[in-house]
Amino acid sequence: MAKHVVATVAEIPPGGRKIVTVRGREIGVFNVDGAFHALINRCPHQGAALCTGAIVSRLEAPVPGEYRLTRPGTMIRCPWHCWEFDIATGQSWCEPDDVKARTYNVSVEPGEALARGPFTAETVPVSVEQDYVVVEV
Amino acid sequence: MNVALRDPRIDRPAQTHLGFIDCDVHPFFRTPADFDPFLSQRWREHRQSIGNRSRQGLARTSLYPRMSPGNGMRGDSWPKAGGPPGSDLGLMREQLLDLFDVRYGLLAPLVGGAAAERNVEFGAAMAVAVNEWQCAAFCDPEPRLKASVQITLEHEASALAEIERRAGDARFAQVNIPPRGLEPLGRHRYRRILAACAANGFPISLHLGGTSGHASTGGGWPSFYHEEHPSYVQSMQTLVTSLVCEGVLDEIPDLKVVMVEGGFAWLPALAWRLDKHWKRLKAEVPGLKRAPSEIIREHFWVTTQPMEEPERPEDMLRTIEWIGPERVMFSTDYPHWDQDDPRYAFKVPLPDDWARLVYRENAQALYRLD
Repeated sequence: MAKHVVATVAEIPPGGRKIVTVRGREIGVFNVDGAFHALINRCPHQGAALCTGAIVSRLEAPVPGEYRLTRPGTMIRCPWHCWEFDIATGQSWCEPDDVKARTYNVSVEPGEALARGPFTAETVPVSVEQDYVVVEV
Repeated sequence: MNVALRDPRIDRPAQTHLGFIDCDVHPFFRTPADFDPFLSQRWREHRQSIGNRSRQGLARTSLYPRMSPGNGMRGDSWPKAGGPPGSDLGLMREQLLDLFDVRYGLLAPLVGGAAAERNVEFGAAMAVAVNEWQCAAFCDPEPRLKASVQITLEHEASALAEIERRAGDARFAQVNIPPRGLEPLGRHRYRRILAACAANGFPISLHLGGTSGHASTGGGWPSFYHEEHPSYVQSMQTLVTSLVCEGVLDEIPDLKVVMVEGGFAWLPALAWRLDKHWKRLKAEVPGLKRAPSEIIREHFWVTTQPMEEPERPEDMLRTIEWIGPERVMFSTDYPHWDQDDPRYAFKVPLPDDWARLVYRENAQALYRLD
């Protein structure tokens, strides 16, 4: 596993996302309320570009007719068949035991630390003044 | 109870689909004015000032909200240059025709409102316009795409004229008839139209959906799209039953019926049920001389999308065997939200000879394509 600098923190504000290519893999990097998460940009169902879908909330109904919008902005809905996945864990909403989107570890590192290495800055030039999003692939 | 028994082979992409014939592709207009060049001044002004009046309360939207945003469209099928999904031939080539080396795509133009138009003369004019538009916008620039003749079932003279006008034109492969009509399709009032389709070498294509004005289930209006969706199957079952019981398929032995997007696992069970009662109720339908299952197997074809997904994936093989592998044709439904990808749609590998039939040869034979 190598660490790859994929964006500055400022590039992906809360609710935002960036799709990057690291070692030939397309990966979606998301900022959910300040926490960064990364998912492979490929739906485990039929292979669509999962990370380009709508970011939605989890809607629960404990009993018919009673609705709760829980965990706003934490799910990604596939642009093809609308399967929904937890952005943080890759877990499928409809088949939680069986289907999972691949996740990657993400961290935020200050530019100073990155200058020391060992990191691969394939896509983003690094300066010491900023913080960076780093994905392990 | 649903038990997850996912077949580990699903992620092994088969290559047998390459060069397939897609039996359900949806073209769309950029704006309703796209039809104007093919309407007379009289109907152009009507379209602009009055517009469509279909047999449903909600004139400018679907009966049920579909997956949104996009009213039931695949999220990545919106052309970057603007316009709705299905309106950009370049994107259709990129996402479907070229990507999979599609040999032919059968167009199902669910546009123009001709089928459910209450002003049947306007409906007839729109049907002609949609037919001209399919050729100009899709089939002429892209010969891999084959048009479907639109007609207005409730205006017999115009329907007959349009079927005859398109007969022998290789750009048209079939005649589209809405599966939800004012009355079941086997009724006598539709017989001459069905006979004209057969006489002119056109299979009829029944693509799910539409608005008849009746409640969409046999028991009233459903609340949700999820609930509405299986009601499409009910309308397909009504068609099969009506065409069989009214003796249409013996009267018109060359009639070939394609059920598009209505599922297919239900078809064997319906045939069993019809056979059982045919033995008991023969006196009521003496015109029905053969077992319904025999008639069904001879006259009906089904398309695959949205693919049936039995709990045990291998049950798909038995289901196809019951229907007959020579009657099942692959379809994607591009660019709709529930479209199937030919690489992953079947959760169980088909035997090679069945795959050839399903992906290519059945449609080739039915539509007389090379």
